Amino acid sequence: MSNYIKLIVLGLIAIFAAIGTNYARDLAYQVHAVLVMLIAGGLFIWTLRNTDEPDILVDRSAEYMDDVIRYGVIATAFWGVVGFIAGTFIAFQLAFPALNFEWAQGYLNFGRLRPLHTSAVIFAFGGNALIATSFYVVQRTSAARLWGGNLAWFVFWGYQLFIVLAATGYVLGGTQSKEYAEPEWYVDLWLTIVWVAYLAVFLGTIVRRKEPHIYVANWFYLAFIVTVAMLHLVNNMTIPVSIWGSKSVIVWSGVQDAMIQWWYGHNAVGFFLTAGFLGMMYYFIPKQAERPVFSYKLSIIHFWALIFLYIWAGPHHLHYTALPDWASTLGMVFSIILWMPSWGGMINGLMTLSGAWDKLRTDPVIRMMVISVGFYGMSTFEGPMMSIRAVNSLSHYTDWTIGHVHSGALGWNGMITFGALYFLVPVLWKRERLYSLQMVSWHFWLATIGIVLYAASMWVTGIMEGLMWREVDANGFLVNSFADTVAAKFPMYVVRALGGVMFVAGAVIMCYNLWMTVRKAPAKEASLTVAVPAE
Amino acid sequence: MEEYTFLRQFADSWMLLLLFAFFVGIVIWVFRPGSSKEYKDTANIPFRHEDAPAPLKGDETAAPRGGDKPATSKEARQ
Repeated sequence: MSNYIKLIVLGLIAIFAAIGTNYARDLAYQVHAVLVMLIAGGLFIWTLRNTDEPDILVDRSAEYMDDVIRYGVIATAFWGVVGFIAGTFIAFQLAFPALNFEWAQGYLNFGRLRPLHTSAVIFAFGGNALIATSFYVVQRTSAARLWGGNLAWFVFWGYQLFIVLAATGYVLGGTQSKEYAEPEWYVDLWLTIVWVAYLAVFLGTIVRRKEPHIYVANWFYLAFIVTVAMLHLVNNMTIPVSIWGSKSVIVWSGVQDAMIQWWYGHNAVGFFLTAGFLGMMYYFIPKQAERPVFSYKLSIIHFWALIFLYIWAGPHHLHYTALPDWASTLGMVFSIILWMPSWGGMINGLMTLSGAWDKLRTDPVIRMMVISVGFYGMSTFEGPMMSIRAVNSLSHYTDWTIGHVHSGALGWNGMITFGALYFLVPVLWKRERLYSLQMVSWHFWLATIGIVLYAASMWVTGIMEGLMWREVDANGFLVNSFADTVAAKFPMYVVRALGGVMFVAGAVIMCYNLWMTVRKAPAKEASLTVAVPAE
Repeated sequence: MEEYTFLRQFADSWMLLLLFAFFVGIVIWVFRPGSSKEYKDTANIPFRHEDAPAPLKGDETAAPRGGDKPATSKEARQ
């Protein structure tokens, strides 16, 4: 029966997309309409061919749903490499403008590729990592199979479609020009549907839990899912100009729009890149260290303090703008208070290793996780400092901001994800161990040195250009033109791009290592034999 | 009173107090007597049920699933 409903829905979508292809008012919309038409049409045929086949009902409640997590791990590694390569390429474009090829103007120049890079690393790499690890963690800590059956597959593939629509949209010019919220209205609507399904799967599994208590990692994941839903809805309140075009107009205007954008933008950092990844930290560091978290009490206080404070920190992005002073002062004050729960969480993660510090010498995976928490501590100190109005007057609009973001994103989000992948692949593919720990060490050092080169060069160029911009001569005239600062930054831009190359190289080594783990590492006999007595 | 002014004053006073009191309440609740024992058990959740979900109720006679560690006292009571 449900197949008939599916067929009707898929057929209607395919027809609508076909009409959209015909009436499309711009290229991005047209390409997306073709894409949706082909996918919906393909699914229609596939569903049709499987209709009226006998249903084979297998009770799988006695095993975890790990297939979708395996796909998620592969997608995380794949999008990671894509996003890192895109970032390295645009770093070279900034150093060598000739790489903005004449034949690709309007498609592959810096302005088009920059959102592609940020969305690829944050939403494709980070998002897939969060979805995959949250599905893994919520099952293990609830002792229950994922709720909703194939809904988890819908979340996975629906999210990949969102990524593809977003990325191709940017290159073809479909963007609403809101940082980290670039996708246009129909992509936003699609993400909303996927996200509601994600929330349903996650909450449904928690409701089904066999443990009396909800483990702290799930609290962080849940805060991430709920808050991102709220941010996404409010910041994307747009009215499409036409149902056949990608252009839309936001309902907010002026400084309210700016404030909502940075309320969204900062909480994308706070809840997507912090709360969600803290969920990873609270599960994978105890697992890899083989000891429970340092202080469970601290983890609860950490959670509530972080949730209560982060949501107010956005206005520090709008110092010295039309935003009233009281609002930007409020953002600044909360940003500084936020330092405390951030470091509380860092201490909790690091001290989990107390009594097992020797593992740092022998286990490169735990080394990766520990340095990620170290980078978390560093960037959550740097951030509050940069939010102070006086510091911000120097740092804002300079490369310092970019350096800060990358020490957080590459160091904290990247490294904890790599650690989680190194933990997950042997477990999910039932291997005894990783293919090569030496390669993990190589990855660790390449990535770490790459980040250090990146952050250090951006500090130098950021502070330099900030000072150059504000330099005035005795008569009050500006000393430097903008082009002077660009010329002065060249050497640091090359260093930054080389740091990116090292980071990419490490990620490629990781992919090879994980691939060989699945192919060559000895299988874990015990867990294969105890699997699935139900069948 | 104008809507903006009302909301602004409310946010500055009662809402702020409410959120702050809620947070203080959580901190006090975390340190309630007997919490250490409970949290010790909770913190060990990641080390149970690694390979398979917990068996359903009334299913104890079935073959053991996965290499679970023995159930906690809390689970045994259920």
